Amino acid sequence: MVEPRIDELTGRETMGHDFDGIEELNNPMPRWWLISFYLLIIWGIGYTIAYPAWPMISGATKGLLGYSTRGEVAADITAHAAANAELVTALLAQDMDDFDPQSDLHRYAAARGGAVFRAQCSQCHGAGAAGGEGYPNLLDNDWLWGGSLEDVAYSIRHGIRNQTDDDARYSEMPAFKDILEAEQIAAIAAFIPTLPQADWESEAGVLFTDNCASCHGDLGTGDRELGAPNLADALWLYGGDQETLVETITYSRFGVMPAWGQRLSEEDVRAVATYVHALGGGE
Amino acid sequence: MSQLVKKMPESSTSLYAAREPIFPRRVSGRFRNLKWVIMVVTLGIYYLTPWIRWDRGPNLPDQAVLVDLAGRRFYFFWIEIWPHEFYFVAGLLIMAGLGLFLFTSALGRVWCGYTCPQTVWTDLFILVERWIEGDRNARVKLHHAGWSVRKTRLRLTKWTVWALIGLGTGGAWVFYFADAPTLFRDLINLEAAPVAYATIAILTATTFVFGGFMREQVCIYMCPWPRIQGAMMDNDTLTVGYRDWRGEPRGKARDANAGDCVDCMACVNVCPMGIDIRDGQQMECITCALCIDACDDVMDKLGRDRGLIDYLALSDAPREEAGEKPRPLWHHVLRRRTVLYTAIWSLVGFAMVYALFMRPEIEMTVAPVRNPTFVTLSDGSIRNAYELRLRNKHGAERMFGIHVNGDAMWVLGLEGSPYSAVPVAANETLKLRVYVTAPVGSVSAQAAETPLRFWVDDLANGERAYKNTIFNGSGS
Repeated sequence: MVEPRIDELTGRETMGHDFDGIEELNNPMPRWWLISFYLLIIWGIGYTIAYPAWPMISGATKGLLGYSTRGEVAADITAHAAANAELVTALLAQDMDDFDPQSDLHRYAAARGGAVFRAQCSQCHGAGAAGGEGYPNLLDNDWLWGGSLEDVAYSIRHGIRNQTDDDARYSEMPAFKDILEAEQIAAIAAFIPTLPQADWESEAGVLFTDNCASCHGDLGTGDRELGAPNLADALWLYGGDQETLVETITYSRFGVMPAWGQRLSEEDVRAVATYVHALGGGE
Repeated sequence: MSQLVKKMPESSTSLYAAREPIFPRRVSGRFRNLKWVIMVVTLGIYYLTPWIRWDRGPNLPDQAVLVDLAGRRFYFFWIEIWPHEFYFVAGLLIMAGLGLFLFTSALGRVWCGYTCPQTVWTDLFILVERWIEGDRNARVKLHHAGWSVRKTRLRLTKWTVWALIGLGTGGAWVFYFADAPTLFRDLINLEAAPVAYATIAILTATTFVFGGFMREQVCIYMCPWPRIQGAMMDNDTLTVGYRDWRGEPRGKARDANAGDCVDCMACVNVCPMGIDIRDGQQMECITCALCIDACDDVMDKLGRDRGLIDYLALSDAPREEAGEKPRPLWHHVLRRRTVLYTAIWSLVGFAMVYALFMRPEIEMTVAPVRNPTFVTLSDGSIRNAYELRLRNKHGAERMFGIHVNGDAMWVLGLEGSPYSAVPVAANETLKLRVYVTAPVGSVSAQAAETPLRFWVDDLANGERAYKNTIFNGSGS
């Protein structure tokens, strides 16, 4: 360390450092730079007071302006909800069995329903709504409980075979292992794929009429009132091969869907019903 | 170490040089007249274009040139560019670039000298300056004079007019982005969007500062173009130059041994860049050709040949020095380079015009639904779904019919409609879910894939377009 002195060549002050005989001239930052630097420090202090900044043990200081990103999102959502309030009111008042598919309200409902579907329904029915084994395909024209817009909305609102909603769609096929012999079950399983042009005089035909026709209909075409599947069409929820049919008849099936009316708002139920109805199978 | 330091000069020269003020003198002549014409035409185009009306139908804007950022449309008279056609803008930029190459390789910096907005506006600002403060000598005197009432008055008047021109410049710019009459009314009533006022404020400020105070510094220090010139120009390029073999040595007009240059400094005094063209081609020169007018004027008075300062090419210098005639103009303009630039330029131009006229007025995109690839219906038939986007570029609603080709057994269905035609609103894209069903047992139902072609046609005028895609059957 040497004393700062005036360098005779440049007329400038030295810093007072001495590294093996090398000294450094004092070249201070430009004043405008320093001023803006100090102003930024002041601004920074003001910022940490006005906005959330200092981490505490739980959460952070709130800031005098009370700003939060969560609050901003909430305000955004509220603003969107307010903007859509008119459409929501119209949707709630809409007669679902007389819903013009070309209307703006229908477009809104289908778009809103698509978002609900992807969040709530796609886990079981698939992102493309094609379903899977035990989960109905919503794209085809086969409906267990009816395919009109109001029927679909009802199924969503109250669910299927759940214990939480008294109005849930409910039906239960008995497990035939306690009623019929294994050979008889096998005979019926072999008979079902021949529907509807089947041999009703055969032993299996008589067994079907005695045991199955009460719900599935005399011709095996099902009954929507009871949610009894149409056995005469090309679509199978669990599979139409012998092994699966024997399993289904022996042990029965018990697919459950929650009552979405208890989890979603009525406008969301109507919206998702509109979306599903417009996927190609709606009646 | 201290030895070395001591060898340095006692006082080091600063690398910073303050700007030398430039006071261009008034000049008249053919190039000055040409520049006046170009100024009037370019400024006229700039200020008037947004006010031209163009009828496109009831639902489209009637402004001839409009950049609709919110609606994502660009309107240029009968042409309407949608965002997916942005390649037209890219093509225009390529043509502008090649055009600059072409003109620079043939005629040097004509863009800089005649049409660059910086040059045109600076010219206008200097004109205002001359009207208010007088010509070169008066302005030099005023510059050196102390502040007085007269100087304050002149300066304030000048700055006010400049600021008004700046305001007009920034103000005209925003009219390209909104309906001009509406925006004008909103601007006056203080009801326009803040972004409009901000844009006007920024452009007013830049015009005022660039045209009034920075002037040639913009060209010398800010603009990259002068640096690129070197690669564009060559010895055959026609550019503003001084015939030193004719002018040197400089001397009095009476001096029989002297050259044609009488060192009257007319060329220097008129130069807006503050350079001496007799030092040769230099980076600062924007080839505005005002020195040609100034020198021709002097040569006329002296009864000598014009063209001591002239458009000339470096490659002609030795020829002229030897007393031969310079090569003809076409020799300089028609070269391999310029021909090549013209060829590429025209190629891009033709391609764009072709694309413009061949682009369909009716457009459709088809996205097959691939989740799932097909759906089996209760009777066993196979159905595919497709998301269609139908684009109506007209100003009126149109009915679009949909057809499908590939398998005669196919049944077409539109979601939510019993018909095979849909109305598409003006200037809109309609998203439509379409189903194609192959009956049970049909060839396409059993095959893995069958080629499929969607047709869309305007039921009113028969215009049509198609898109090819695939129908997925249950086979594998």
